[in-house]
Amino acid sequence: MRRGAKVADAATTQEPTRRDFLYIATGAVGAIGLAAVAWPLVRQMSPSADVVAAGAPVEFDLTPVPEGQIVKLFWRGKLIFIRHRTQKEIADAQGVQLGSLPDPQPDSARVKDGKAQWLVVYGNCTHLGCVPLGQQGPYGGWFCPCHGSVFDTSGRIRQGPAPTNLPVPPYTFVSDTKILIGGGAAA
Amino acid sequence: MESHSTYVPKSGFAKWFESRLPVAGLVHSSFIAFPVPRNLNYFWTFGAILMFMLIAQIVTGIVLVMHYTPEATKAFASVEHIMRDVNYGWLLRYLHANGASMFFIAVYIHIARGLYYGSYKAPREVLWILGVIIFLLMMATAFMGYVLPWGQMSFWGATVITNLFGAFPVIGDPIVTWLWGGYAVDNPTLNRFFSLHYLLPFMILGVVVLHVWALHHVGQNNPTGVEVKSVKKDTLPFTPYATVKDAFAVVCFFIFFAWFVFYIPNYLGHADNYIEANAAVTPAHIVPEWYFLPFYAILRAIPSKLGGVIAMFGSIAILAFLPWLDTSRVRSSTYRPLYKQFFWVFIACVIGLGYLGGAPAEGGYVIAARILTAYYFAHFLIVLPLLGLFETPKPLPNSIAESVLDGHGHGGPALATGATAAPDRKS
Amino acid sequence: MKKTTLLIAGAIAAFLSAPVAAFAAEGGATPPRQSWSFAGPFGTYDRAQLQRGFKVYKEVCAACHSLSMVSFRNLAQPGGPEFSRGQVEALAATYQVTDGPNDAGEMFQRPGRPADKFPKAFPNENAARAANGGAYPPDFSVLAKARTYSRGFPWFILDAVTQYQEHGPDYIVALLNGYVEPPAGVTLAPGQHYNLYMPGNAIAMAKPLSDGQVEYPKGQDGRAPVPETVAQYAKDVTAFMMWAAEPHMEARKQMGFKVIIFLIVFAGLLYFTKKKIWARAGGDPASVA
Repeated sequence: MRRGAKVADAATTQEPTRRDFLYIATGAVGAIGLAAVAWPLVRQMSPSADVVAAGAPVEFDLTPVPEGQIVKLFWRGKLIFIRHRTQKEIADAQGVQLGSLPDPQPDSARVKDGKAQWLVVYGNCTHLGCVPLGQQGPYGGWFCPCHGSVFDTSGRIRQGPAPTNLPVPPYTFVSDTKILIGGGAAA
Repeated sequence: MESHSTYVPKSGFAKWFESRLPVAGLVHSSFIAFPVPRNLNYFWTFGAILMFMLIAQIVTGIVLVMHYTPEATKAFASVEHIMRDVNYGWLLRYLHANGASMFFIAVYIHIARGLYYGSYKAPREVLWILGVIIFLLMMATAFMGYVLPWGQMSFWGATVITNLFGAFPVIGDPIVTWLWGGYAVDNPTLNRFFSLHYLLPFMILGVVVLHVWALHHVGQNNPTGVEVKSVKKDTLPFTPYATVKDAFAVVCFFIFFAWFVFYIPNYLGHADNYIEANAAVTPAHIVPEWYFLPFYAILRAIPSKLGGVIAMFGSIAILAFLPWLDTSRVRSSTYRPLYKQFFWVFIACVIGLGYLGGAPAEGGYVIAARILTAYYFAHFLIVLPLLGLFETPKPLPNSIAESVLDGHGHGGPALATGATAAPDRKS
Repeated sequence: MKKTTLLIAGAIAAFLSAPVAAFAAEGGATPPRQSWSFAGPFGTYDRAQLQRGFKVYKEVCAACHSLSMVSFRNLAQPGGPEFSRGQVEALAATYQVTDGPNDAGEMFQRPGRPADKFPKAFPNENAARAANGGAYPPDFSVLAKARTYSRGFPWFILDAVTQYQEHGPDYIVALLNGYVEPPAGVTLAPGQHYNLYMPGNAIAMAKPLSDGQVEYPKGQDGRAPVPETVAQYAKDVTAFMMWAAEPHMEARKQMGFKVIIFLIVFAGLLYFTKKKIWARAGGDPASVA
């Protein structure tokens, strides 16, 4: 486009409009062509159809998980923590002054109604993606060994560089002891 | 070399930069002011077309590697993954696969143009030999690329071609085992071919830079074969004249390319390569890609294994000696009435060999292939050396400008506007 | 010059046309041309035909022939049979797919999901051969592109211009219809069957289709809209195989039309730009000739 315009400038001295138009049109069509070629080259890096489709919901049976334990599993290639919280951990999580949190969120918004003992969160630190260690750190939640982020028993950020709480993936209880991760968001 | 203009940096930064790395000046002298003979026909646009094809192959190739798996049990499926699941994967793969064929179509026209107009003669011998090296590298790259989808033709093509090296006495077998990285074509072979298929295009790019450098040093040949006498009268600046003509030719070539990619993408391929490699079953006809067929015919024409291999490699190597085998002092066929005929006979001979390379190796085909093979070598070893001694060339024009005046009846304004041919500096 | 060129061309043509016979003799008979909805520059698959073809595949061919590179979800994607999302989910659930390992470290079977690929008919090639008298039923995923027949000179050159690219489907239809009694004097090895179009005429697969074998969905008048015959089954299942081998063909041809129109316009603009620019130098001698 710019080049076309420049060439046209040079020509204006002799035969103004028609030549201008021809050069600009050719340059513009060339630019459109280049953009059209670039698109597939950029787009091919996006997740391919099989990767998108493979995000099928994962069903998980909670019965074998004892109280106080954290289980890891994967959905769409992403790590997920399922934590069977003790009464004390639940109380700790609920008894926090929301105002003191970097990313204020009540514990009730992070678990399902009546299922406060089950916490389901993504297992990668919101700082730079390392896997935090469970039942560690001053709040007994998680402690990330990479850069020292500290999470509480609700997976909320309390100290350190991580900007937000560990996010909660989409899931539903299909029965009292079974959850379906990614239900509804399934591809 | 005399030129149409020189680069003069204008801004302060341009001056500062140019005195430290004169790249703008280099680009200016190579692609803007470079003098191009004003009588070039469209056969001279194939250099630009080839440059585009090389870039297109490298770009699509790099992108395909992001999705391809070079592992014997997964390669075939990963290519199908590209065809089915990767966004625009089918487009990228068909561009790359057909692009190889387009590359060869363009290079064969480019070589034939060089043969017809005597572009290999002094002072362009090194330019020509660099071209032969590029051609060899292209063949190696294309062959290894064809192995990567790990279809039946990939596998058996790799087996047959690597076995060629077994023809050498004593060292043959160890060489083949070394090439394979095992006792048969298998995963190690696929892995090294993948590595080299990625490396060689960049080597081609390097030699292309030398090829273009040599070209710009000695200047372009032209349809008359007469050297440039006056830059002002005989040539035009590369930009805009050659740039816009090349761009037009490249886009026309892309129309041809697009026809194959979008409508007949498997036309130039072989159906058997959609069957996954199977070391226990050989396809009924092992046929290389079309661009290797003439050389494959030469290989099969010789009844001895070693002889066939030597003849095949010799048929390419002989091109490098062409500048000294052709004894005529006249470059262009336009002024060589006999050579012009022999040129077309030679082209027919190569096409015939190509046809025979695809036909089964039996009966009359073998005899025909032997006759044509003999002629192929005779063209270089007998016809060309003798023609130069016996042929009476037509009188050459005194200059390129004069030929433009005489030859093409478009004279009047051509010279009158000679002055405007001086570079249009503002563009 | 012209005369010699003509002479040479004539000689070459005469010489090239000879091999056609040779190829034909050694392979099977030349398959007849079919008319396909997906042929040509604007070709599209016939959805109903693909759906019928899938039914034939599922009920007849799938017992031996895998479709291992196709996923259930592909059956719902644009440019294919375009079954509904729900149909595909229900269909996938009728298949058992191996998944795992589970927490106990064991592989287990579960109902298929749309994202799964069609399970293989046999676990591996050896098992397939063992179950089929030594023959290996080829995978259907790309088979329509893996089969062809030789067209010979000059047809193979014309095919590039006319876009005749359906050699594979034509061959497969011919093969499915090509089961006849062996001619007198021909004895076949045990487990071999005579087929007109199979190269060498001996095929391990017994005649797979017979009239009325697959029930097609009924139209409003209570009758199937197409005949339930071998000829129709063969065409339908072959169309389905072509789609399985080239699932993005419709997108490809549609994009191709746009690309070529664009390139022609661009080439036209460049041509006039070039003409204008070269006019300053008195015109391009190359364009005049």
